Amino acid sequence: MLEVQNLTMEFPGVKALDGVNLSFEKGKINALLGENGAGKSTLLKILSGVYQGYSGEIRMNGQTVSFPDTIASQAAGIAIIHQELNLFPNLTICENIFLGKEIENKFGLLDKQSMNAICLDLLKQVGVKANPNTRVGDLKVSEQQLIEIAKALHSKASVILMDEPTSALSDQEIDRLHQLIRNWQSQGKTIVYISHKMDELFRITEYYQVLRDGKSIAYGWMKDTTEAQLIAHMVGRNVVIEKKKENYVQKEIAIDVKNLSLRNQDSKISNRLQNIHFKAYKGEILGIFGLMGAGRTELLETLFGLHPEYSDMQIFLHGNVKKIASPADAILNKMAFVTEDRKKDGLVMEQDLTFNISLPNLELFEWLKDEPAKAKAEQYRTDLRIKSSSVEQLCGKLSGGNQQKVILAKWLSTNPEILLLDEPTRGIDIQAKDEIYQLMKQIASKGTCILFASSEIPEILALADRVLVMCNGQIQAELTGDLLNEHNLLKEALPKL
Amino acid sequence: MISSSILKKSQSLIALLLLMIVLSIVTDKFLTAGNLWNVLRQISVNMCLSIGMTLVILTAGIDLSVGAVLGLSGAICAGLLKSGISIPAMDLWIGFTVLGAIVAAITVGTALGLFNGWVITRFSVPPFVATLSMLTVARGLTFLYTQGQPISDLGANFEKIGAAWFLGVPVPVWISALFILVFYVLTTKTSLGRFIYAIGGNEKAAQVSGVPIQKVKWIVYALSGAMAAIGGVLVTSRLNSAQPNAGINYELDAIAAIVIGGTSLSGGQGSVKGTIIGAILIGVLNNGLVLLNVSPFWQQVVKGLVILLAVIVDKMNQKAK
Repeated sequence: MLEVQNLTMEFPGVKALDGVNLSFEKGKINALLGENGAGKSTLLKILSGVYQGYSGEIRMNGQTVSFPDTIASQAAGIAIIHQELNLFPNLTICENIFLGKEIENKFGLLDKQSMNAICLDLLKQVGVKANPNTRVGDLKVSEQQLIEIAKALHSKASVILMDEPTSALSDQEIDRLHQLIRNWQSQGKTIVYISHKMDELFRITEYYQVLRDGKSIAYGWMKDTTEAQLIAHMVGRNVVIEKKKENYVQKEIAIDVKNLSLRNQDSKISNRLQNIHFKAYKGEILGIFGLMGAGRTELLETLFGLHPEYSDMQIFLHGNVKKIASPADAILNKMAFVTEDRKKDGLVMEQDLTFNISLPNLELFEWLKDEPAKAKAEQYRTDLRIKSSSVEQLCGKLSGGNQQKVILAKWLSTNPEILLLDEPTRGIDIQAKDEIYQLMKQIASKGTCILFASSEIPEILALADRVLVMCNGQIQAELTGDLLNEHNLLKEALPKL
Repeated sequence: MISSSILKKSQSLIALLLLMIVLSIVTDKFLTAGNLWNVLRQISVNMCLSIGMTLVILTAGIDLSVGAVLGLSGAICAGLLKSGISIPAMDLWIGFTVLGAIVAAITVGTALGLFNGWVITRFSVPPFVATLSMLTVARGLTFLYTQGQPISDLGANFEKIGAAWFLGVPVPVWISALFILVFYVLTTKTSLGRFIYAIGGNEKAAQVSGVPIQKVKWIVYALSGAMAAIGGVLVTSRLNSAQPNAGINYELDAIAAIVIGGTSLSGGQGSVKGTIIGAILIGVLNNGLVLLNVSPFWQQVVKGLVILLAVIVDKMNQKAK
């Protein structure tokens, strides 16, 4: 039995969890529901010992517990199967499963035989036909997910939390997992199943609890509820963001994408993106919505020429076919790309604002024009209200929201006709979010076409004129007008069987 | 606050000044014009290698082949100067002027650097491995070309490059000063310089921003090779002879100068200015140890410890930030 009482976790400017009360009883299979950003990942990170500094109480079997690190959480009997796989691709299946709990023989050396034997048994239970000495990196994604489950199986944990455990699994594999879950249930373990797949939730779980905006919203028996009711719990909020006022009228095509596909780099069978066609218009904010793994980021990366060797596409700009095989090609064609991860591919953190803003505007051999570049940076600093001591401050010292504004400034300085935005407001405070929304409207009103990928329904609804809903690497639906609402977005984004 | 940050930024300069003051006090010879020019002349080769490699290290790469490329281009310069190219089958002999031989040597160095850049960008070979194998290959080619024997007596004109003085300053010092200027301007005033810092700071962000990463890498490795070749010409001219083992371990002194100068081996941070101070510091240290009659074996120990100290101080400062 795992209980969470009055749990609050604050990040600068954001309350990720706001007095959450949850109770997961043992012996019944619990569903935990919530949109992206509802607080599920924060909760999991607290339970796995990654985050500290929360207020409130966590109780296991009535006893108050706290986890200063991940080892403490595991020792307390919590096993978490993460959505993003936490395996070491360079180690074998066996080494991964026994990591940190290796069996030693009487000489203090690794007892590979016993470990292999146990490993084989675990693999049989989860249905992976592979040698325990296979490197995990050589396995298919679905097999890797099953290895994660085997790890939990081996850990003998009393509480098992699963975050989208079936996102890569086939129907048959899902059935097997559900069988394993029922076994765990009969062994008296506490089980928490987090998923967006409604049909699965109704099939396997018995009791639900819903989180929304960091608060516990609803709970009850699965047999007493419906899919529509659950979705309503998840999204049912008063949208705080101001709605877009006027109805946008499509005028001139800005970009026409035909037959876009992206091959998987390690397997030839499945495509990460396929069969993608769409048009976007000048001055339009075209939303691209989808759940995690739907292919939003991949689509924008491909359009921007970041995967030339794996992708096929035809792009028409101003009616002419354009070859975009590198970001330099994209920039040349007046495209700009604000990436999702500021640290990873957004900014050069140990350089200043001027440096970063000037970067996409430079050719290979030219003299730097310091004064104009500084003046330009200064102007964007004022216009976008970037809070920094000067344009010479290092970007690494800015807050997330201000870093995001620097990235926007960097791309606006290229005068783009097509602006790709990937989760432009992730992890930044509410005020900076609002400023970025205003800025987007302003940019679009000047005729720039914005492709706006987001997993947050409220901002998509507030800003987008039209939305492409993606699922499993394809465009599932195009929503406009009255059809563009929370219910339809979520319905189309959920995987169909 | 401000004064302490300036202090941290110029810590290698302060260390250099302290070292020079100490040496001026404990030896009579250090602070004489003859000795100081001698130090600068000795430094000039390492200066060429290390400012060239600074660009590579700023992109988060490394070039271990500079010593071997120095050896090979020096040998080729000497060989061409002395015996030219003869093709007996065609009954042809091509002689080389001093300028021709130098241009050929620099061409060879640049070509080897380009090859490094090609291997690193085309096949994603880690720079450490790519340039390590170039080190071995170039050294082997040097022995093949020279048959393991020095190539000596290269003529009075050629010898002047390393030995002569111009306007009261040794010619090698003029040459290294010229390249210091070129590389300083390159890194601080041109887009290429900015791209080098961007790649070393965050290669993925640079890529998304349209920085031509492959081209920039080709250029920095080619420049590093060219500078090694220039070092080779200087060494060969100074000795009036190309030794088959010239330049062995020179890459280590170059890396030491760069690191002491505050350039981070993980790329993106550092400067040509810092490298200049680092190279001078190593030169002064070498000179001081000789003047103090420290045995050559102890000299190595001291030098190693100084490098270590420089990096530890740098790391501690980074943490303090």
